Amino acid sequence: MNIFRTILILAFAFLAVFGEATLSAPRHLLGAQVDLLPALMVYAALNTGLPTIALLSVLGGLWFDALSANPLGISILPLALIGWPLYWRRDLILRDLPFAQFVLGAVASAAAPALTLLFLLSGGRELLLGWGTLWQWIVMTAVGAVTTPFIFELMAACHRALGYQERVEPGFRIDREIQRSRKKLRP
Amino acid sequence: MFKQKNYLALGAVVFVAIVLLSLPTRATARLKLAVGSWFLPLFGLSGAAQQLPADLADSVLPRRELLQQIDALRRENQQLRSQSVQSLAITRENDQLRTLFNWQRTVPWRLKLAKVVMRDPANWWRTVQIDLGTRDGLREDLPVITDAGLVGRVSSVSLTHAQVVLVGDPNCRVSALVENASRDMGVLIAGGTLDTSLVELTYLASSANLKPGQTVITSGLGEVFPKGIPIGQIVDSRSVEYGLYTDARVKLNANLGSLEQVWVLFP
Repeated sequence: MNIFRTILILAFAFLAVFGEATLSAPRHLLGAQVDLLPALMVYAALNTGLPTIALLSVLGGLWFDALSANPLGISILPLALIGWPLYWRRDLILRDLPFAQFVLGAVASAAAPALTLLFLLSGGRELLLGWGTLWQWIVMTAVGAVTTPFIFELMAACHRALGYQERVEPGFRIDREIQRSRKKLRP
Repeated sequence: MFKQKNYLALGAVVFVAIVLLSLPTRATARLKLAVGSWFLPLFGLSGAAQQLPADLADSVLPRRELLQQIDALRRENQQLRSQSVQSLAITRENDQLRTLFNWQRTVPWRLKLAKVVMRDPANWWRTVQIDLGTRDGLREDLPVITDAGLVGRVSSVSLTHAQVVLVGDPNCRVSALVENASRDMGVLIAGGTLDTSLVELTYLASSANLKPGQTVITSGLGEVFPKGIPIGQIVDSRSVEYGLYTDARVKLNANLGSLEQVWVLFP
């Protein structure tokens, strides 16, 4: 892992939050605004280290709350609570399979708004809730599930195009070299 | 060791979240505005990108069409001028009558045009941000309207931008009046979560004589919204709490789903 991947994830999170605030097409078409941060957190938890997960939780949550009427900091905990369990158990997850990414994206995208709503309601906030919220939650879950494998592909492509390439180990090894000598063998 | 590092990192994130959530409201608002200002360059870029197709379309518009538009605008200008003269005469007459009856004179509100730059990314709030801030004289609780009707009120202001909480959000309650014979009064509260054009008018008298199509305007109570701003039309009504009071659904005049430009009212 290098710092480039962290920068890439944070840049993507920044653009995702900006896009969610400015693009109203999903709201018009699907009746709900989609959130890409949970899907991005799935990628970060499965491919990067703790500092990146912590940074994405804090900065992603802060950016989202700054552009929203949410209390500042309320979105940090849901993102962290999605990232950590995935990070702990990532060795047991078949993270390269698109289906696994799809399922994890769905779970993360369903859990993030549910946890945020839980925290907001626990804080005594009055929210715009109703039967339509259930539809919005389904849309957020479905779109999050579909976009997660794409985010994995996109990040991999960006990393291949812009990041440092891994050093390829040559087949030649100095300790395996057959020592030849011009000296004639003595009879 | 691995687990300890994990817990430390998680603890640090939880600590940051708790500190942020327990900050005083004023400090949180300032911090929110500071973090929100990181997006200003992107807002600028986005605005320029949206303006570009319009500029291109203007530059290739034929001369004949431009002349037609100028002609139409001239006619409209003449009509508006004559209407303005009439309204000035009415205002003068109104002032004279108010002086005669010793009534308090109403101060006309000033209008400032603002562009909607973004919407709330969360589905459980109904807010937008506009490109006016404290440098333009904006402050909290100023009413925001369109030419169709009421939109909401300013909820927080930064130097260059302001957040407007829209009608239909739980944090924007409006005292409203139905334009019927009994002048029934109620409070506008949040409506449906999916349809932004419908809101609920509640706490109407149980004897309210409501019919679909009746106009709803601001009542002027509450001292945030001036009296007489059109809000919408009654869709239907029902008796609630065993006939204790009446609720009605109101279809908003302003299309909150596709707001582009709004007017901020200054006293």
